[in-house]
Amino acid sequence: MDNKIDNKARSLLRWIDDRFPLTKVWNEHLAKYYAPKNFNFLYYFGSLALLVLINQIVTGIFLAMHYKPNADLAFDSIEYIMRDVNWGWLLRYMHSTGSSAFFIVIYMHMFRGLFYGSFKKPRELVWLFGMTIFLLLMAEAFMGYLLPWGQMSFWGAQVIISLFGAIPYFGEDLALWIRGDYVVADATLNRFYALHVSAIPLAMLGLVFLHLVALHQVGSNNPDGIDIKQTKDEGGVPVDGVPFHPYFTVKDTVGVVAALIVFSLIVFYAPELGGLFLEHANFEPANPMKTPEHIAPVWYFTPFYSILRAIPDKLGGVIAMGMGILVLFFMPWLDRCEVRSIRYRGNVYKVALLLFVLSFLALGYLGTQPVTPVTTIFARLFTAIYFAFFLSLPFYSRFEKTKPLPARLTEEIIPLHKREGVHWEWIRKSLAAIAASRPYQRATEYAKAVLDRFKKIDVKS
Amino acid sequence: MKTIFGVLLLVFQTSASIAADVVLEDVDIDIFDRDSLRRGAGYFVDYCQGCHAIKQIRYSRIAKDLRMTEEAVRQELMFAGAKIHDSLTTAMNPIDGEKWFGVAPPDLSLAARANGADWLYTYLKSFYSDPARPLGVNNAVYDKVAMPHVLWELQGIQKPVMGKQDDVPVIERLKLAKPGTMTPEEFDRMLTDLVNFLSYVAEPSQLERLPLGKYVIAFLLVFWVVMYKLKKQYWKGVR
Repeated sequence: MDNKIDNKARSLLRWIDDRFPLTKVWNEHLAKYYAPKNFNFLYYFGSLALLVLINQIVTGIFLAMHYKPNADLAFDSIEYIMRDVNWGWLLRYMHSTGSSAFFIVIYMHMFRGLFYGSFKKPRELVWLFGMTIFLLLMAEAFMGYLLPWGQMSFWGAQVIISLFGAIPYFGEDLALWIRGDYVVADATLNRFYALHVSAIPLAMLGLVFLHLVALHQVGSNNPDGIDIKQTKDEGGVPVDGVPFHPYFTVKDTVGVVAALIVFSLIVFYAPELGGLFLEHANFEPANPMKTPEHIAPVWYFTPFYSILRAIPDKLGGVIAMGMGILVLFFMPWLDRCEVRSIRYRGNVYKVALLLFVLSFLALGYLGTQPVTPVTTIFARLFTAIYFAFFLSLPFYSRFEKTKPLPARLTEEIIPLHKREGVHWEWIRKSLAAIAASRPYQRATEYAKAVLDRFKKIDVKS
Repeated sequence: MKTIFGVLLLVFQTSASIAADVVLEDVDIDIFDRDSLRRGAGYFVDYCQGCHAIKQIRYSRIAKDLRMTEEAVRQELMFAGAKIHDSLTTAMNPIDGEKWFGVAPPDLSLAARANGADWLYTYLKSFYSDPARPLGVNNAVYDKVAMPHVLWELQGIQKPVMGKQDDVPVIERLKLAKPGTMTPEEFDRMLTDLVNFLSYVAEPSQLERLPLGKYVIAFLLVFWVVMYKLKKQYWKGVR
């Protein structure tokens, strides 16, 4: 009987394979796509990005069924979703939390690229497609934020669109063309809705496809930044690779569920996240006659907003903000070091990347704060560090003193005792001091006693 | 070009209309305290609904969430002519409101989310007598406020105690000059109920959202353990 069903299934598969490369695609991209086996925590964010994208599309479809893209109805239709639509509040919070989650995941994903040199030859196109997705994501989030038609939606859009007016000659006309009116109005809301629900998501899906095709053509990078295809067994399979399915499908699911736990904590217990994910001022309907005293974009735009505000000249600020994003596209050519992973790179890049990340976080914080002379000084300092990272890279990266690369993959995470550098020495010493201290020993003794008791219970039952 | 500068100027200027250094009081609200919510709803209907609407909520939703019978809602909260699925509107015409107060009284559906419960509570407590103002009152949290002191009969009349900060006269605190029909403790309790009700109204789904979270997260934790064990099993052979 089983054999019969088996035969039927096999003939069905053959029927499909004659007409569509199902088995071929399955093997090339999942069952026989060999991914490096030492992926660590930072490698979860690729699959998580796909998860958030799907979350945004699915919740977005249901929200679009109840939302009204009309300046007179938009605000109330959101509240209608929050109150009268069954599970509407859950859909809306999943979507709003999802948009912030998208940026967290993407920023981590991009950081992973900088950390392990994933953007370098031969993965330049993977990086370029990815950066284009990031650009589209920013447009998608910006347009989506107008839709609730609250005070921040309105005034945020007003400020950002008016920035286009700073472009000489045709700037004002361009801003007018984008808005479809002299101020942000119903026409703007309608076109942003159209772009938000169809044009940009379609383009994003297409680029995600290209991003994955390009990635699978060259294979995934890894924490060691070496090519696993260099060492293959007799069958031509990379010895340091494991098939994506089932190894990484099952591993990524662990990451997905862990991410969903954090996601649920926010959705159910802190959907506004203290005004970071949903700004308080946006619970007031848009009022073109009343400017809020402090306009701040949502947190994920604040690093770039800070750069904009740091430059005293308006056009200069707009250019700097644009360059702050565009310069990332050029990473594969700015970084001339042959070694990919930070594990084997010189100290200069390590320090530079650390400063870059710190300046990005600092700019992000400053962007949420009102402008004062002191914050302006800091914003300028961190803007300088931000750009210095990219501008100095071509000069030192070529002459970096790198470490020899291993022939085979090493650990997922370098264990503490193997780490080099004075700061790791300090950390080791302080950890040893803590471990030797009386309270720590007592705590571990107590924990051990409790664990032993649990183990005994287990044996009995 | 001019409009950009105009807009950016508006962005960068800091408004002085609302006193920034007011310390807000902590209001201890609990939206699961149905008795408090029912009392708050009553106060809202008695003292606020004359001018303010909360159009985003229906009487029927209040009945369901506050566990009141339709009959009780009809008797205690609804005006004659209102239907059970109607939302809580006000009889005041916004055009009249603007004529009388200079600004139409805002809808309060989301007041607690836009301003915060602590702000509402402190604001409602901070009216003081100021003969220079058209309605004879000002507010320590919201300078030159257009709203009259609706609750004066209950709270009494407060007078400011002035102090100096960097040679500028500032209000140090408010002193009860003429007691109202409620003691200060009773009045605080009444405001707590009212602010509690407004916090519930701002997001009724809280009553559903907060209790549900633990089940979703408990399921995910169990699911995580299962997936983690499965992953361990699969990866056993990989060095």
